[in-house]
Amino acid sequence: MLKGIAGAAGLAATPALIAACSSSGGGGAKKGSTGSGDITFGSNYSDPSTKGAFATLTQQATSATSVKINVNTVDHNTFQNNITSYLQGTPDSLCTWFAGYRMQYFAAQGLLAQIDDVWDKIGSNFNDATKSLSKGLDGHYYFVPIYNYPWVVFYNKSTFSSKGYSVPTTWDQFTALAQQMKKDGLIPIAFADKDLWPALGTFDILNLRINGYDFHMQLMQNKAQYTDPKVTEVFKHWAEILPYCQSGANGRIWQDAAKALENKQAGMMFQGSNQVAANYSAANLADLDFFPYPAINPDFGQDYMDAPADGFIMPNKGKNGGSAKKVLEYIGTGPAEVAYLKTDKWDVGLAQNIDTSGYNAIQKKSAQAIAACKNVAQFGDRDTDPAMAAALEALIQKFIDDPSDSNISSIQKSAADQAKTIFG
Amino acid sequence: MTAVAAARTSERDATGRAGGRRRGRGLSSALAQLFMIAACVLWILPIGFALYVALRPYSETSKYGYVAMPHHITLSNFQQAWTQSNMLRFFENSVLITVPAVIITLVLASFVAFVVSRFSFRFNIALLIMFTAGNLLPQQVIITPLYRLYLQVHLPHFLSESGLLYNSLTGLVVINVSFQLGFCVFVLSNFMKTLPAEIYEAALVDGASVWSRYWRLTLPLCRPALAALATLLTTWIYNDFFWAITLIQTGNKRPITAALANLQGQFVANQNLIAAAALMAAIPTLVVYVLLQKQFIAGLSLGSTKG
Amino acid sequence: MTLGVDVRSSDREEAQRRRPRRKRGRRLLSRRDKVVLTLMLGIPVLIDLAFIWFPALGSIVLSFTRWNGIGGLHLGKTCQPPPAPSVLQNGCFYGVQNYHQAATVYPQFWPAVQHNLIWLAVFICFATPLGMLFAVIIDRGIRGSRIYQSVLFLPVMLSLALIGIVWEFMYSQNLGLINTVIGRNGNSNAIDWLGNPHLNLWAVLVEATWRQAGYVMVLYLAGLKAVDPSLREAATIDGANAWQMFWRVIFPVLKPINIVILVVTVIESLRAFDLVYITNHGSNGLELLSVLVTNNIVGEISRIGFGSALGVVLLVISIVPISIFLYQTFRREEPR
Repeated sequence: MLKGIAGAAGLAATPALIAACSSSGGGGAKKGSTGSGDITFGSNYSDPSTKGAFATLTQQATSATSVKINVNTVDHNTFQNNITSYLQGTPDSLCTWFAGYRMQYFAAQGLLAQIDDVWDKIGSNFNDATKSLSKGLDGHYYFVPIYNYPWVVFYNKSTFSSKGYSVPTTWDQFTALAQQMKKDGLIPIAFADKDLWPALGTFDILNLRINGYDFHMQLMQNKAQYTDPKVTEVFKHWAEILPYCQSGANGRIWQDAAKALENKQAGMMFQGSNQVAANYSAANLADLDFFPYPAINPDFGQDYMDAPADGFIMPNKGKNGGSAKKVLEYIGTGPAEVAYLKTDKWDVGLAQNIDTSGYNAIQKKSAQAIAACKNVAQFGDRDTDPAMAAALEALIQKFIDDPSDSNISSIQKSAADQAKTIFG
Repeated sequence: MTAVAAARTSERDATGRAGGRRRGRGLSSALAQLFMIAACVLWILPIGFALYVALRPYSETSKYGYVAMPHHITLSNFQQAWTQSNMLRFFENSVLITVPAVIITLVLASFVAFVVSRFSFRFNIALLIMFTAGNLLPQQVIITPLYRLYLQVHLPHFLSESGLLYNSLTGLVVINVSFQLGFCVFVLSNFMKTLPAEIYEAALVDGASVWSRYWRLTLPLCRPALAALATLLTTWIYNDFFWAITLIQTGNKRPITAALANLQGQFVANQNLIAAAALMAAIPTLVVYVLLQKQFIAGLSLGSTKG
Repeated sequence: MTLGVDVRSSDREEAQRRRPRRKRGRRLLSRRDKVVLTLMLGIPVLIDLAFIWFPALGSIVLSFTRWNGIGGLHLGKTCQPPPAPSVLQNGCFYGVQNYHQAATVYPQFWPAVQHNLIWLAVFICFATPLGMLFAVIIDRGIRGSRIYQSVLFLPVMLSLALIGIVWEFMYSQNLGLINTVIGRNGNSNAIDWLGNPHLNLWAVLVEATWRQAGYVMVLYLAGLKAVDPSLREAATIDGANAWQMFWRVIFPVLKPINIVILVVTVIESLRAFDLVYITNHGSNGLELLSVLVTNNIVGEISRIGFGSALGVVLLVISIVPISIFLYQTFRREEPR
């Protein structure tokens, strides 16, 4: 390989430097280090609340396994941006990551340690759906989940009861409700997309409702085309409700949209419970409730939703893998999830035998809503190639600015063209 | 040229601005005053407003908005931002990066400038071009291979906890030095060219070595330029954002400017805290500026009037 | 007497003085001196080559590959058109495909070029003249000029990341100073300064100008201070007013510093990054080449080859002002 570079590029000066780090075999089924001793844990739980929950988890893990854990916290966005360099550089023994293609992509390139032996011990704690989302494309395990959370429509109970609104279950009821809210001087749907990813949730749910889970996953994995008329339907439905969404979404952070809901200026908001509920003050949390996104296509009803699972991976280049696996074995248990969820009141555990007595109303309902689904997707940016997700995110901002038919078709065409260069 | 002229300027200042410089009179002067006052108000406004937000409690601004008469003025945001974010640590990192980087850059740049401006050999201009152009390249153009390079260079533990140039303060010092060298070589070599040749002739007669010509003669004469460059370099390196976010992976090894993005993620719901943290992060550069303001303009020789 | 004449004659004198000194200088170099000289020059040169120029060349090579930053490069292998799984199509030679895709398929590319040009135009037509105006007024020594200088220079000391944060408070839709003052902070009538793609570039350019003007002011002040005072005297005696004095006497003398400032302006506008990155990562109306490069190669996206190609485009555009600058700067020294 090195010869190839030197020959083709004529770069006499140490070509190894550019091509360095050829540790990957592409196969993936590589074992991480097995050393024991203290471990470091890379964390993107940077918000004060989740930081606290994570601290509880690591403390419990230390007392259960007597492995000392040093936490290295990096803010959520930076952590995500740096993941490729992070995994190839000097990663921690363990780190936080997401289930889905986002994990499989790195596992397939040999950057993650295979942890089948961990799953031998914890496997009985989880159902098949959880098992399959913890596996790489090669069928081996690379991930241990800690919680998941649903993407649903949030509202304030007091608003609905005082105005006599009822929860919509169909598209017509939903649009009629939005219309009524507008008449009543509310922003029907609080909406923000400055961070680029939040609106992807709306794309996902509309696609899941209109075209079903299988088509959605095909689209995410480039087995279906963005120019498909089915995708046009998604954007057309979206254009229908866009007038009821908070304007200026591209310049607003989702936290401010959640504030509009909390202050009762807005009637509803479609977002992850992990975000909306976490952003609510304790005093208002009792008023918060949600319903699953209304059905559009009767073939699929309300069968699917985005319910992303967060958890942990073991980078191949991390140190003291033996200790790290012990910690993972602890994390993959009901008590560990309970320890984490002691302070995190907006996510729900995945272990089958988890003690749910500490759950609040939102958590109880979340667990039911997820369990009621025939299948859950992870999230637009976790189910597809990151470059494609970024391309789609940018196009969706363009759509929010101009939801006209002509713009929709040019967006679809651009998405298809970019998919060709990204996957091709 | 500029050095000499700068010296002249300060003489002139001392004698009460004699010569061609007159205070503006009448209408044009009033207009100028008006214009400058308006500009200064506009210039101070954003910073002042951020300060105002930082001084008010979150509960109040979320209720009345940022633009409202203050009910309470408090320093608690500053205190909270300081304690919650471990800011001292980030400041420490910034100092550990900035101070060595500025010193090393100035030493190396003065080496090159001295050789290039005092000795003639074939590659003089090529060297100057190489250094100057290197500083003008966009940072993004070199980051990928640089990153790979950083993963390959192993360092002893006392220079880098990670054992690599990557993810180490040493690595940030190295790239800041390399990147800023060009500008400093350019300024210093221009400055040195303006130094009178006579002093070197005298030194040669005395048989002074190259090193003592550099150390005893040239450097002391370059003090104004070095002071100006030190100020500029301090702000540039301290304010660097790109290298720090790309070459440092461990959260608490980041310098303060890059850590701000981190804090922004952390305090996202409480903008008042972000304002307080941001303003605190600015304090060191402001101190440097106040201390070195005078030398700054006088010493900033771009070798300019000599063309 | 003009400064120009002054400079030229002194140059000649200096040249005459230098010639004999040089010869002697070379003769007198001892062995130790030579070692010292080699080290003084060698270390910085090596550092500059290793950490700046080598990576720059590396990026050019990478721009002809398809690579996700994981694993090694196989430049001898050409990426095969029939789509294999993208994981396998990695590290291979891609020809000019990246450039082709950037220009034809990547929707952010042309807006980014356009925004970089607008950025440049605003800097040249507005920020730079404003900074020069500040400098000229301050240089006339009007009352309070020290204070003015300090205030106007203040933003230059702040990092661009911090400026982005500070200005959020001005621009925030529902809570910001501007919208509140003009009464457009409601939920339906708010002006989305940083999100609306027709506005946000201009909003960010205000921030950038706010900083750039101070920077130019200082560079220009340094130049103005160096203008021979006798020039002004002569012009005053000839009855020139302030306007004429500046344009006819001072501005021409400052040609070299004007070039420095022009180049600083061009480079700063091509390099613009932090402000936009902190505002919205360069999306929807704020696309700039530098941010696109960053998003593609240091973000999660990891299209290293593609991002490098965008970087090379940026490099090529920067080469023009760099060359003009270097040519102007070192032209005089070449005949030696």
